[in-house]
Amino acid sequence: MTQRKRLSNVQSSSQSKRQSNSFMTQEEDEDATFTQPSTSQVQRGLEKLTAAQVDQKTAEVVQYILVKDQKKIPVRRADLVKHVIKDYRTVYPEIIKRAMQTFEQVFGLKLVEIDSKNHMYVLVNNLDASTARPSPVERPSNPKMGLLFVILSVIFMKGGVVRENLMWNTLKKLRVDPGQRHEEFGDVRKVITDEFVRQRYLEYVRVPHTEPVEYEFRWGQRSDMEVSKAQILEFMGQLLEQDPQSWTQQYREAHSTASSSQASSSNHR
Amino acid sequence: MSRELGDGHRRFLQTLMAVGITDEQEARALYQHCCDTHTMQCIPDKLDDFIEAINSRLQPMFMQIRKGMSEENGRQYYALVNMAETDITRMTSDYADNELELFRKTLDLIVSSENGKASSTDILNSTDTMTSKKLKKSETEHLLTRLVQDNWLCERRGEYTLSTRCIIEMEPYIRTMYQEQVKVCHICHNIAFQCQICENPSCGIKIHNPCVARYFKGRVEPHCPACDDFWPHEIPGTNETSRYQNNVLYLLSPTRRSEVARESTSVLVGLCSCRK
Repeated sequence: MTQRKRLSNVQSSSQSKRQSNSFMTQEEDEDATFTQPSTSQVQRGLEKLTAAQVDQKTAEVVQYILVKDQKKIPVRRADLVKHVIKDYRTVYPEIIKRAMQTFEQVFGLKLVEIDSKNHMYVLVNNLDASTARPSPVERPSNPKMGLLFVILSVIFMKGGVVRENLMWNTLKKLRVDPGQRHEEFGDVRKVITDEFVRQRYLEYVRVPHTEPVEYEFRWGQRSDMEVSKAQILEFMGQLLEQDPQSWTQQYREAHSTASSSQASSSNHR
Repeated sequence: MSRELGDGHRRFLQTLMAVGITDEQEARALYQHCCDTHTMQCIPDKLDDFIEAINSRLQPMFMQIRKGMSEENGRQYYALVNMAETDITRMTSDYADNELELFRKTLDLIVSSENGKASSTDILNSTDTMTSKKLKKSETEHLLTRLVQDNWLCERRGEYTLSTRCIIEMEPYIRTMYQEQVKVCHICHNIAFQCQICENPSCGIKIHNPCVARYFKGRVEPHCPACDDFWPHEIPGTNETSRYQNNVLYLLSPTRRSEVARESTSVLVGLCSCRK
């Protein structure tokens, strides 16, 4: 699927806060033309369809999202409508509702709208990740997640935002150099500033009024949902042989109801 | 009939989604683990029922957890498969059209081979007859590496076979595409690639290597179950040398030795009695 860059002159002020290399795509144009049908429209739409038809369409949506989510890229509503929903637009809210039910009941996953403005969805684990004993079948671990975890830790310990230079220096001490090709991660800079950002694990935002241009890192929405700050603090505690509570501010943040309701002890899927 | 699922089912499904395929032993352990974690009842022999419940809910999405045998070790495996497509389009999201064409050609080579293998040389040569954009040698090698990594093919000493997961997932497609051409095991009735064939030209039945091992286990003289001709192939798990050794060992075994002792005693007695 090719995506074309367009001049984003018409970006609103809220959008300019996003990464400066954001782009408008054809799909976003189409999404702009998709208006959420009203409840009565949905009702009328459902009357014209058989239960089997609606079930079938729901199943297609579930399959589509599962495949897309494998790559961890958020699913755009526009893509969903264009490629899967098609003629069933009028009953879109009902289909999404049923898809969400299927994800919860069958897979133990939650379909979450990560961006209510641009209408993007991700799948998050609904099951409590911690088990009393380790699983007899180990899920394959992605080494990039280890790298991500370190980056998220640095950001969290530093109060939620880190200038990129500090990040690169920290990683260099761990022998991960953005300037060099890494044995395991390849193009490190691309993985961190592009892949992790597209996957919504990180935010890589331009710092305003900096010349030359500087960027800073923050946690992305997916990290907010999937990664537990309490877990990060535990990890730091073990690493530095300190009591997690010794970082009072971080400890407070990690155990506040706001952050703990988003990601209990669930980790990356 | 659609069944109500618990978190134990969901955890099992999530794990299987992550690994793709798991052997029977691991599946049983996982079943136990999932039930324990979510305090669900776990009845040891009811794994298949447990999976049936999950399958009843997966069916609308054309997904299934299916069981199949590995041609390498004869063990049973469970794999989460996509039943939607009747083609190889299940791989579409990961492979380009010309890559899929090469995969189909590899499949052709494996199906038509006697030993269920395709050499890298033959696969490379098959790019000559590609109708879509021809793959270069380096691209073909890279593709084969990916196919192995993605668990569609296995490679050993430059030869490629279909992975257990591939066989389980593509069985319906292969049966449809190749019909009479694909071999079927006489013992277990599943499609067969790495198998032995009866040498009798008017028989020619095929048996998976592990099915041969199981069927002919312990038999001194193996015979074809269909035509009764002598089965000339090496029975896996016992080789010619070990059969000979087994025979020799038998002769020297305590049982035989005491038999020999008794026989020779009676001969001596006979001789002695003759002399009298």
